[in-house]
Amino acid sequence: MAVLIQARDLNKRFGDIVAVDGISLEVAKGQVLGFLGPNGAGKSTTMKMITGFLEPDSGSAHIAGIDVFENPRAAKAKLGYLPEGAPCYGDMTASAFLNFIAEIRGFDREAARARVAAAVDKTQLASVLGQKIDTLSKGFKRRVAIAQAILHDPEVLIMDEPTDGLDPNQKHQVRRLITEMARDKAIIVSTHILEEVEAVCSRAIIINRGRIVADGTAEDLMRRLPHHNAIRLAVSAGRAEALSQALSEFAAISKVESIGAANGKVELRALANAGAPRPTELASLIRSRFIEAEEVRIERGNLDDVFRQITTSDEGASHA
Amino acid sequence: MHELARNSWIIAKREFAGYFSSPLATVFLIVFIALTGAFAFYLGGFFERGQADLAPFFQYHPWLYLLLVPAVAMRLWAEERKSGTIELLMTLPISPWEAILGKFLAAWAFIGVALLLTIPMWITVNILGNPDNGVIFTSYLGSLLMAGAFLAIGSAISALTRNQVIAFIVAATICFLLVMSGVELVLNVLRVWTPDFVVQAVASMSVLSHFDRITKGVIGLPSVVFYLSLIAFALFANRIIIELKKAD
Repeated sequence: MAVLIQARDLNKRFGDIVAVDGISLEVAKGQVLGFLGPNGAGKSTTMKMITGFLEPDSGSAHIAGIDVFENPRAAKAKLGYLPEGAPCYGDMTASAFLNFIAEIRGFDREAARARVAAAVDKTQLASVLGQKIDTLSKGFKRRVAIAQAILHDPEVLIMDEPTDGLDPNQKHQVRRLITEMARDKAIIVSTHILEEVEAVCSRAIIINRGRIVADGTAEDLMRRLPHHNAIRLAVSAGRAEALSQALSEFAAISKVESIGAANGKVELRALANAGAPRPTELASLIRSRFIEAEEVRIERGNLDDVFRQITTSDEGASHA
Repeated sequence: MHELARNSWIIAKREFAGYFSSPLATVFLIVFIALTGAFAFYLGGFFERGQADLAPFFQYHPWLYLLLVPAVAMRLWAEERKSGTIELLMTLPISPWEAILGKFLAAWAFIGVALLLTIPMWITVNILGNPDNGVIFTSYLGSLLMAGAFLAIGSAISALTRNQVIAFIVAATICFLLVMSGVELVLNVLRVWTPDFVVQAVASMSVLSHFDRITKGVIGLPSVVFYLSLIAFALFANRIIIELKKAD
């Protein structure tokens, strides 16, 4: 698979603050990389360096194999970029703005018309083309900025928080657009919304304090949670003891803990080793002891937990 | 070279249209014509002098430009930085020079439009008498060159900040210094305690003294070179400032 985005050991300081501290990454054609991290972790700075907007103190970035700092014009021609906050020239109409972008990207009149039409179609902007961008709603503004980024059908697409400020329907549209385009592009999407990572990204990177602290698929990341694949059970209070005893007889189960009681029910969590019992096995075990479990489910955890775990503890940083 | 011209042209077109998409253009053009006219007729004594020339009209251009040109230049980069579009602009497949030149030329063309609208003055003076049209023509050129120099300075300053008001004040102050260094009052103060060549150097750096020479009909190579190098220097500074201030 062709690597279309490549960053090597990017470093950037602003005064005394180390914004980006040795970030390297690769994104191949067909991949959508989710870029996660708390505010101020260095996400945007990293993206600005990969797009060639900011010069790194050291390190290199390549877009489609072209060095962004040695041959910026050629690299930028292959890049579509949605900067943070989706800035556009507000005094222009959406149509004039997109035509300006098409013209400066080197399309002749005929081709420009086709490109603008295609981008407008994909982002569903037709109804507001004649309006000044300043007068548009936030959702439309963002879509104008996205249209600008995909207008030349770039091989590489870098989007800084593409769905920020959109309503759920618009978010869904943008995610679908990203998924549709993913096949023949390499895409980086930064986001705060972790469900988005599961929805559109084939891989995610979490950065904290300018360093990559986790890198993998959503599943890989969730596997890092201590309670990943743990079994959650709820039983009536009187049977909790018996159930917990029954569970500990399972070789695969390393520990059973009670995590709370309410309404005469007790919630138990059974931590499993690698070979966790299948739910059906569990069910038959419970039945054989004449215990009536009100609820049995596998705890998968979610990315929010992973994110919090990794970015709030110092221990998280040492995992890198 | 072809690419430079092409991309600068596209940027310039966008920028030029930008002036007219807000009331700024209309306000500026009206104020410009009103002030150049008022200065020429009242302060310059256009009629009372009884001479068929436009000297009273051009005489006040440096002082007017002090305020009006920074007002045109202030938005060039400060606005890009404030709205974040500078990130968009600088990740398009163009070089920074193309963006700088395009913006500068658009602003210059805008001042050119303002100057063109004062052509009725020229016509009037031709109806009233027989002026030296050559001198008037070179004066227009000189005025445009001076505006270009102020604009280039204003553009560079505008890249320093995201606040247009600050850009305006700083640019106006620098232009003021460039004008004042040719005023006798300032030069006399210098004469008291500096050797003659310093006074000469300061005076030769003045936008005013070069402009005076041009409006007297002497459009010498040194003056043209002076203005053009001032423009080149300021635009070069503009390039460096953009590079340095991009991050914040």
